[in-house]
Amino acid sequence: MDMIGMAIKIAILIAYAIIGTCVGLLFMGIGRKIIARVHNRVGPPFYQNFIDVAKLLSKKTNISHGWIFDLALLFSISGILLTLLFLPIGGAQLLSMDGDAFLVLYLLAIPALGFALGAGASGNPNAGVGVMRALVMMLSYELPFVITLIALMIYYDTTSLATIVKMQSIDGIKSWAITMPPFMIAAFAADMALQGMLMEQPFDIPVAPHEIASGPMVEFGGKYLGSLMLYKAIALVAETTLFVDLFLGGGVVMHSGVMAAIINFFVWLGLIFLLFVLSILIAASFPRFRIEQAFGFYWKYEAIIAAISLIWVYIMVIK
Amino acid sequence: MGLHNGDKMMRYEEWSKLARKASKKSLWMVHFCTGCGAVEMPPVMTSRYDAERFGITSMATPRQADVLLITGYLTVKTLRRVIQVYEQMQSPKYVIAFGSCTINGGMYWDSYNTIKHLEKYIPVDLYIAGCMPRPEGIINAFIKLMKLIDEGKARGWEKYQKYYDRYKENQRRVFNFEIKEEQKEEKNEEH
Repeated sequence: MDMIGMAIKIAILIAYAIIGTCVGLLFMGIGRKIIARVHNRVGPPFYQNFIDVAKLLSKKTNISHGWIFDLALLFSISGILLTLLFLPIGGAQLLSMDGDAFLVLYLLAIPALGFALGAGASGNPNAGVGVMRALVMMLSYELPFVITLIALMIYYDTTSLATIVKMQSIDGIKSWAITMPPFMIAAFAADMALQGMLMEQPFDIPVAPHEIASGPMVEFGGKYLGSLMLYKAIALVAETTLFVDLFLGGGVVMHSGVMAAIINFFVWLGLIFLLFVLSILIAASFPRFRIEQAFGFYWKYEAIIAAISLIWVYIMVIK
Repeated sequence: MGLHNGDKMMRYEEWSKLARKASKKSLWMVHFCTGCGAVEMPPVMTSRYDAERFGITSMATPRQADVLLITGYLTVKTLRRVIQVYEQMQSPKYVIAFGSCTINGGMYWDSYNTIKHLEKYIPVDLYIAGCMPRPEGIINAFIKLMKLIDEGKARGWEKYQKYYDRYKENQRRVFNFEIKEEQKEEKNEEH
């Protein structure tokens, strides 16, 4: 019995990985199309990113820079897959425990560290600069994000993502966190943090192709770059899902039955798509910040906005 | 056994056909801008001619790129860098030489310091004639390259591996020449 349960879990894990990559690559392609339309261009077909990955994975030579370089990709992809397992997708969560809202924050840091390892092993100075910028970015967007998370935890009196989602889905759209005034401003801060997590403009400082030759990815080519694109696709899904779980009720609109699960899945898909389109539109209309500007933006303005919402929530709870 | 091998070969052929299909639809280029050719690249990439609709984007580093686009004349000094960039790229890789300077020296045909035929030093898959070629010409060349890749005719990288010694000999000849000239100048200064 245990073995069967294990097998089912592994099958679901593989399904998650496939869904994550497919949805992510599709979104990235659509994002490129949207950016092209904003630039008044025709743009590539929406399935362009699938072709890109297929091409990269079929390259004949793939230069490695030692075993740490190889391990870095494993680090990134396994870290982001583990994050995806802990996130409720349309209300369904594969792994859960008390305090997984904190755990997800830690797990989201693993891929960045993997990146740092790989870039360090490649020995390219551009990669070093890129990794340093990526770590500073992480430090800056995590402060407002953690404050908004704490506000949510205080309001719902829990540290479990599943409970946060469940509490928000009691009364449909009306009970979503984003409908409450303190969480409206918290959602703004969290969305800006999401922009940094997704490394879209104006926060694409770590990869900045025209400045530091795409930063940590500078020595990645062939199959390595292909797997990195897969990682990026899964990361896109995981990070937008985190926002949807925290503020938009995880996309849960119906409660019991198989039909409800399917509908919830598609609502979740629609919500993360909307979120991604929003971030792409911001990306298409703003130029890149410098690193100290981004740091100042997050720690001065976003952190204050998040703190206001935290205080507001605290007062609401005490009453 | 033979049948088995044949089966394997068939499968390999099919795979490589698929790989070529993917490869032709996503050509990432690194453009080595020497001389005046650089001017033609922004209109190709931006909203006027929009090369991205064919899957062509420019990449930041040679490691990530498939196509090396050389836009203009090459002095002996730049040729060294071009060869370095070319050897850093991951195969299958393609070279497009741009403008008449790379074909026969162009307006620098009698210069002591530029190379006249790029094909002697690295394998060129496609030339674009003209001084300067228009953006339409560049996009046309990319579409021609896609056709060549699809037919399996763009095999410059295999040629470079096969005749590596000859390419190296040609390269060494110009570089040695350059080194000798420098030494001569140094001697002259000493006198």
